[in-house]
This record gives sequence, C-alpha cells and structure tokens, in this order.
Amino acid sequence: MSTTIEQPRQFCALGGQQTVVAIERAIPIVHSGPGCANKLFGGLAFFNGFQGSGRAGGNAIVGTNSCEQEVIFGGENRLRGVIEGALKVMDGDLFVVLTGCTADLVGDDTATVVSEFRDRGVPIVHASTAGFKGYTYLGHELVVKAIIDQYLQPAPAVIPNLVNVWSVVPYQDTFWAGNLEAIRELLAGIGLEANILFGHDSGGTAAWNKVPAAAFNLVLSPWTGLGIAHCLEERFGTPFLHHPVFPIGAVETSRFLRAVGEFAKIPPAVVESYIQKQEAHFYHYLDRAADFFLEMRWDLPGRFLTIADSFYSLGISLFLVNELGLLPGRQFVTDEPPEDCRTALTKQFAALSPDVSAEVTFTHDGGEIAELVRNSGYEQPLIIGTSWDHDLAKEVGGYHLTIALPITDRLVMDRAYVGYRGGLRLIEDIYASVLSTYQ
Amino acid sequence: MAVIDLSNSNLPVREHRLGSIIAYNGDAADLARQSRDGTLRDRARSFTQASSCASSCAICLLSLIQDAAVVNHAPLGCSADFTMFNLTNRFGQFKRGLTKANAHMVSSNLTESDAVFGGAAKLDTAVREAYARFKPKAIFVTASCASGIIGEDVDSQLDRLETELGIPIAAVHCEGFRSKVWTTGFDVAYHAILRKIVKPPVTRRPDLINVITFWGDDVFTELFSRLGLRANLIVPFSNIEQLSRLSESAATVQMCSTLGTYLANGLESLYGVPEVKAPPPYGLAGTDAWLRALGKTVGKSAEVEALIASEREAIAAPLAELRKELGGLRGYVAAGAVHGHSIAAVLGDLGMKVVGSCFWHHDPKFDHGSPDADSLTHLVNNYGNIPVSICNKQAFEVVNRLRQLKPDIFVVRHPGMGVWGGKLGIPTFQLEDEHFCLGYRGLLRYGRKIADTVSNPAFFRHLAAHTSLPYTDWWLGQGVDAFLGAEE
Repeated sequence: MSTTIEQPRQFCALGGQQTVVAIERAIPIVHSGPGCANKLFGGLAFFNGFQGSGRAGGNAIVGTNSCEQEVIFGGENRLRGVIEGALKVMDGDLFVVLTGCTADLVGDDTATVVSEFRDRGVPIVHASTAGFKGYTYLGHELVVKAIIDQYLQPAPAVIPNLVNVWSVVPYQDTFWAGNLEAIRELLAGIGLEANILFGHDSGGTAAWNKVPAAAFNLVLSPWTGLGIAHCLEERFGTPFLHHPVFPIGAVETSRFLRAVGEFAKIPPAVVESYIQKQEAHFYHYLDRAADFFLEMRWDLPGRFLTIADSFYSLGISLFLVNELGLLPGRQFVTDEPPEDCRTALTKQFAALSPDVSAEVTFTHDGGEIAELVRNSGYEQPLIIGTSWDHDLAKEVGGYHLTIALPITDRLVMDRAYVGYRGGLRLIEDIYASVLSTYQ
Repeated sequence: MAVIDLSNSNLPVREHRLGSIIAYNGDAADLARQSRDGTLRDRARSFTQASSCASSCAICLLSLIQDAAVVNHAPLGCSADFTMFNLTNRFGQFKRGLTKANAHMVSSNLTESDAVFGGAAKLDTAVREAYARFKPKAIFVTASCASGIIGEDVDSQLDRLETELGIPIAAVHCEGFRSKVWTTGFDVAYHAILRKIVKPPVTRRPDLINVITFWGDDVFTELFSRLGLRANLIVPFSNIEQLSRLSESAATVQMCSTLGTYLANGLESLYGVPEVKAPPPYGLAGTDAWLRALGKTVGKSAEVEALIASEREAIAAPLAELRKELGGLRGYVAAGAVHGHSIAAVLGDLGMKVVGSCFWHHDPKFDHGSPDADSLTHLVNNYGNIPVSICNKQAFEVVNRLRQLKPDIFVVRHPGMGVWGGKLGIPTFQLEDEHFCLGYRGLLRYGRKIADTVSNPAFFRHLAAHTSLPYTDWWLGQGVDAFLGAEE
C-alpha cells in the first residue's frame, strides 16, 4: 500500500468547516491560507452532489487569507481583526474558528485569541483542524468536540426521550441532509425525540443547548462520532448507544430500532407496532418489483463492489446480501477507520449472512482500488462508489452507481438511503443505473 | 519587459512583479490613471472572507495537459479541487471530441509526522507512483503551504528524480501563502512549462498562433481558418509535444491578459514569438483592435479587414434587435480583472448601462510592459467611465453593492459568486465559458442569454423570498469600503 492518494474520497480536517455550515445560523471563520476554504467547499459541497453554499458557506465563509506576513510574523493580530469584523458583519448565533496548516505550523496561539472573545461573552469556539492532522471525519469530530468543550453548559435536568444523534458527516456524506431527517423520523416512530443538530430545521444553537440534557447519545456509525459520545459522557455523564451498522432496508432498520428501543427502555409493543407498519410498506414494494427481479435476473450484475466509507460500504453490503440476495465481491472501505474498528468491520464483512462473506480492503487510494478490481476478473460487476470510478466500471464492463464523495453525475437534495424508504431508494437507483445502460 | 529567469524554479509574485492590488474602490478612469502613473497602492482589508490561492490556479492549467501528471505535494485537503478539475477535464474532452478520462493527479498526502520529520519520502513515492500509473510525458509537482513552511529542498530532489526517470519533472511554487493574488498560480505554472517543457525552435510555423485560454469552447479554429491561420489552444487540453514547440509559432494571442501575461511575454522574450498586444477580443472595438493587431503581427492586415467587415455586417441586424430589447438595462459585472473589463464592454455594445463592477484583483501593468493591452483604458475610452471595486472575491462587499444598486441583471464569470445575486432576487447570469461572448458573434450569443435571463425572473423572486442572508443589517447599511484601511 502506497502513501500516495489518487482520486481523493475525503479531504483534510479543515473540512470541518462544512460541519459548521451545517449548523443553522453558525458562522465558520477559517484561519488559514487564502485557498483552503474555497477548495474544501468545492470538494465537499459543490462538486459532491452539487450541494450549494448554504447560508454562510461557499464564498461567505470568513477567512483570514493568511499570506507571507502571517506566516513570517504570526497571524494572531490578523485573526483578532477578522473576528472583530465578523462580529459586525456576519449575522450568526455561534462562531467557530478553524485553524489550517499555516496557523498551526507557525504556532499561532489561536485558543488564547478566541478565548479573549469568549470572555467578552461572544459565542465562539476554536477547533485546531490543520490539514496535516487528519481527514474530514476527524475534522467533523474536532469541531463538535470544540463546541461541547467551549460552548455547552450543563443542563438543569434531563429531558426524557431526547436523544442526540451522531451519525453521517455533513457534506462528506452527499446524502447527509436526507439521511439525518430520515433518522429523525425513524426515532419519532418509536417515540423518541431526535436532536439532529445539523441541517434544515435542526434548531441551531437552541438544539445544541439541549445536547447536555439528552437522555442518551446515539452513535449510528461504524466509528465516526464515538469520540463525541465519549466526550459527552465525560463532560455531562450522558450514556450512549453505539450502533455500528448504518441501517439500509427492512432487516437492518428493524434491528436498529429494536436495539434503540431496548436501550431506551421503550415498551417492545410500541417498537414492534412501528416496525410492522414500516416493513409492510417496504415489502409491499419489494413484492411488486419481484417480477422485475425475476425476469431481469439474467442481466443483473454478477457481483457488487462497494467503494465507500464504512457507513455505506457495510450498510449497503448487508442490505444487498440479505434482502436482494445479491453476492458481494471485494468491498473497499475508504474512510481510514482506526485499527480496532477495522478488526470489527473485517469480522462483519466476513459474516454478512450465515452463508455469505466478503473480503474487505481498507484504502482510499483510487489507483490501488482500480488495480485490485481490474485483477479480480469480476464479470459485469456492479460498482457502487464515486464519480472517480466511472472509468473503472467502464473498463471492467460493469454497472456504476455513485453514492459517495465525489458525486458529479447527480444533483442531490434531500434523498436518503437510510431506513426502510432509503432501501427502496437504493434499489431504484441501482436499477436505474443498470437499465440506463440499454437506453 | 520583465526578465524571465529560467535558472530559478521560482519567480516574483504578481504584487512585486506587476504591482497588482486586491483592494480599491472608485472608478475605471481613476484606476486606469493610477495604474499608468505608478501611484496605485493596495489597501488592507481588516475583515475578509476566504479567497482563493495560487495552488488552484496552477493545478487548473497543469492537470488538463492530457499526457502529463500532477503531484500535489500537500495534505489531502489541498486536493479538494481535484474533483472540479476532473469534471472540467471531462467536460472539455467531451466538447473537443476526445475520449473522456480522469485527469492524472495524485496527492503526496502529507500528515502530521511529515510536518515534523519532513515529507521527502512521501514526495519520492508520489512522483514514482504518478510515473508508474499514468506513464506521463512530464510531471508537475505543485507545492503547498505545508510543504513550503516545512521548508524542504524539493528542487534538488526533483532534479534527481528527473535524471532517473528520464522525463521532465518540474517544481511548481504555488504555495498558497506566497501571494495575495491567486493568479500568481498561473504564472508559476507557465514558468514551469517554460523551464521544463518548451524547447528552442527547430523550425518556424508561420500559420500557427498560440492562443492562451482556459477551457472555453473552441471558437478560434473557425475564426482563424478564415485568415489562413491555425489556432494552437493552450494550456488546457494540449499535450507535452505541442507545448514543447510553442517557440515555433508565428505569434501568441490571449483572450485575457490576466491569465496569459507571463507565458506570452516569456515566449516573446525567450524565443522571439511576438505577443499580440491589444485589448481583449470582446465587444466590437476590442475585437476590431485585437484582430488588427494580430493581422499586423502576421502580415494579414488585408484579410483581417475583410473579416471584420463581413463579421460586422453579419451581426449588424440581429445586434440592432438585441439593443432594442436590452437597451437601458442596468447591469452589474463581477469577474476576474481583464475578463471583467471585457464583459463590461460587451454589455456596453448591447446598449446596457454598467452601473457598477467588481473585479477580483487588478494588474496595473502586464509583463510586456506595453500600454497597448490596457483593457481598462480601452473600456473607458470606448464605453465611458464606470464605478469599479477591486474586491478579491469578497462576497460581503458584492452583496452590499448589489443591494444598494439593485441592478436589472448581475453578470458573473466565477463559480460561487452568482448565487449571492440570485439570493437577493436579482436576475443573475453566470457563465464560466470565457469564449461565449468572444468576438462579434459572441455579442449575439451573450445578449440572447441575458435577454432570456431577465425575461423570466421567477426563480430569483422565489429564491429571494425564502432565503436568509448571513449579513447583519448594520453591514448592509455601510459603505462598501468600510473595512478598507489606509494605502499600504
């Protein structure tokens, strides 16, 4: 495995700026070189399903545009001036300062500068997100932890039934907005109030202020967000449930809801009645499409390969194996999970069902992925990945659906792949891509 | 004429070389006067929004050379623009009838330990991987803030690799912090091409004209064929062999001196390929002047006069119709330097009134040092004075001006800027293809799009009614230059 990355599928920790953009009425302030915010907006948002600027993103992102002056003499005074200006110009409820490579390499004491403003009562926090420190998933966690540590206050009382949701990473997951709304609906179905925190109608600082009051934290993710839950447990004593499978389709979504129900001590009858209704809807449409699955079977893909982060790679594999009866080829996980999570994921892929297993490769280098796929000799595989993989799919005579960053062949609004309905959407999209081959 | 020093992999940034600025508020005549008499000074902005950097500008040209590869020596985030350039590559390949394929780019993926112990090993691996994976004819290694601050001797390392691998390997010093003016990135990319790719002429090709462009549609081949000339579009979608022979062409033209100043001047000063020094080919007067300067350079004045006459006649009637439709419309223009001047000229020819403009930066002169390509003076002389801001793509300033001026249409070139006009409910026309309004026929194409945009403003009306701007009422009531400090 080479250290080189071809066809990036995630970017650097400063990508946490998009996590800030996803918080209603929050204002990102990027203390970095002049091009970082713009590049990251392009890579994470615009050229990824053509997600737009939003309220305070894109060219509205505040930035110090640090140049030679700040690199040689330090950028603390410049940052002070820009924050002062931001407080006058930008209309927001929470300001988040993110540092890039320049500020962190030259050793600006950003934390102190930001704390001067906080001492004046300004709602402002600082996350040290220099690009060399890690990738977007880390940046997301660093931003959330900064808000927890520097902004949140202990709650007077726990709000029963309130659950904070830590799941897909805003913007990095092209379908985050729809997914988070869908998770809210699922949890509402079993009587819980989801504190979603990101995206439209998630409540902005009012929702964030309620974070310490939640009955528990839900980490719906293979690994991202676990650090957040630990942080909240330490600071506010909030327990958390870690459900490592991003549930797509009926089997996994029902399993997920039962796990949450049990953890939250919701009467099983409440959970089962919701599950029954949702499953009936899901299987009605699966049943109606059975003709298609049977009659078109001759031209369905031979093996499916996912090239995506651990949310989708595992979630989609479980779904396609256990509900559509498809068979997996090699699966590629591109979000660089920590070692213990790799072990867990490898086991999960090895036991997708009692009879079906898949090999998994952890890499985010497109060149390495392409080489492995080329040499595996799959016949007409279905490649579920990114827009980078279009040429590869063509080369190996396969079908291709984009579900992960970067997506440049689809305009994405509030589509969701999580849950019962998400499973139906995924089936629709897979076969739209298969059928379009012949149109 | 600026000296081109090929012995150095680096070159002076625009603010030092050309006196370029990123902050100004006044009008075109004043800015042109200050540019000419040497009194122009930059002003500091105490509050800023994120801008762009030289790295993007360098990679956007180099990654589109079809048989080269780019190694971005940086943390992975500096490759967040790879997706954009890949899409640009595929769009352009499609339009030019080439096979669509991913652009050849890798990141050396610098991490925390590299920041401490150095990134030389990662760079070595990345260059070798790029060589093995893409079989490129040349490799361009683009630097980053991180690689620059760590402070490695990238040049000698690349020289060794070049000798070993046997293809040109060029260091491209586009560290984001080096210049306030992101177009410096174009210059360092061209510098790398001049240093490592362009060879002295073996022959002369009297009918071949270098055309320095981005990735707009090829409108030059047809136009030039009518003059008995061939268009050599560079740098995007060219190849290394083609670039190696740039010194053999009869002349170099540009559609925007902001983009091509360094390369055009380099080819003239190093190899005697004359640079056609003229206002850009937009609007009637500009296109006339540009074609005449080209004709004079290559000895085709008679053919040029015939072309001008026939083209002007061909568009006369439809242009008169468009002027009736668009006459008196109030437009606001936002674009990068010279191309902004070009769009303002186009609007002028369409009978519109330019009530304000902002250009991202301003170069008071170009590398050739001649006043003949002064597009701003050309604009003032032919279309009258207009209000001008130099805004470094500061959206908060643009929103402030647009809200106060309430133009009938907002005309923008750069991605990411149009949306702020749209959110104000102002019919906004954003077009990245820089050739769309070029020449005589471009006037008609552009005019029709503007007419279409203003004729159904429904989308903008709804957008404005349902959007929330991130700006305070205080700011929206201020003068646009509230954060501009004293001259530096």
